[in-house]
Amino acid sequence: MTERTYLRVREDMPPGHVRTPAYLRGKTGWIERELGSFPNPEELAYRHAGTPTPLLRVRFSMAEVWGDAAENPQDTLDAEIYAHWLAPAEAPHAT
Amino acid sequence: MPHDHHDHLSPSGHPYRPDNDHPLTYWQQMEIAVRELLIEKGVTTAAEISAQIDAMDARSPTDGAKVVARAWTDPAFREALFADASAATREMGFDIGPMRLIALENTAEVHNVVVCTLCSCYPRNLLGLPPDWYKSRAYRARTVKEPRKVLAEFGVDLPDGTTVRVHDSTADMRYVVIPMRPEGTEGLDEEALAALVTRDSMIGTGLAKAP
Repeated sequence: MTERTYLRVREDMPPGHVRTPAYLRGKTGWIERELGSFPNPEELAYRHAGTPTPLLRVRFSMAEVWGDAAENPQDTLDAEIYAHWLAPAEAPHAT
Repeated sequence: MPHDHHDHLSPSGHPYRPDNDHPLTYWQQMEIAVRELLIEKGVTTAAEISAQIDAMDARSPTDGAKVVARAWTDPAFREALFADASAATREMGFDIGPMRLIALENTAEVHNVVVCTLCSCYPRNLLGLPPDWYKSRAYRARTVKEPRKVLAEFGVDLPDGTTVRVHDSTADMRYVVIPMRPEGTEGLDEEALAALVTRDSMIGTGLAKAP
């Protein structure tokens, strides 16, 4: 298995149009694949041009997302997250 | 009496649908205003808008089923599909517009299911309009939290050894699940195989039908 690159989703709750689901903020996952750059939807929503922003598919374990309430800790959740929401991270204890 | 509540039923035996003579909502007014302005200013025409609605209505899960059947029978196509699903479906002749599509492979070890928690993102340009339940808060909230329970309610019971991968369609990609080819279908051609592929099997809330 190739080395995983872990990233943590910013825990902010900014106002306005945001496409980072609240339930994933503060959670750590690993890069499933990189998708290239797309206009930032947070700017598009207010009729700005939209700065090209890298978009990544990040994979989270259900254990990381839901803790002890996870239905099956080994199952996974993938989401597309823009780079400005992600910061390098260590592997979480529950993967 | 078979129809005790006859006051609420039409002669066909079905409930009357209430007339939609309530005032327009803010967003309905906005849609009409913007549409009329675009036509008035010559940006588009009513005929073009109708044609676009027709084109969207013409799309249906049978298009996706053809893609799945080909993935089951043509190894080179299957490889191309998982490498770049947009290019592979376009190459098959489907006009999917600018849609960025990712195909998700179901195997004996992995079952994929798609949801959009933020709104109702769906690969409309390939599968047509989504089912109503796909847009419901219950499906959107529960699929990321308890996917196995949701799948069981759809009649999909997975072995404990299967990993469930939930895909939250949060941004610019759209997803189509490529279900496993059912057993006992070795002799079937692509057309017969496509008939086994249901809409739900391409969302991940179902399996392909047995022949």
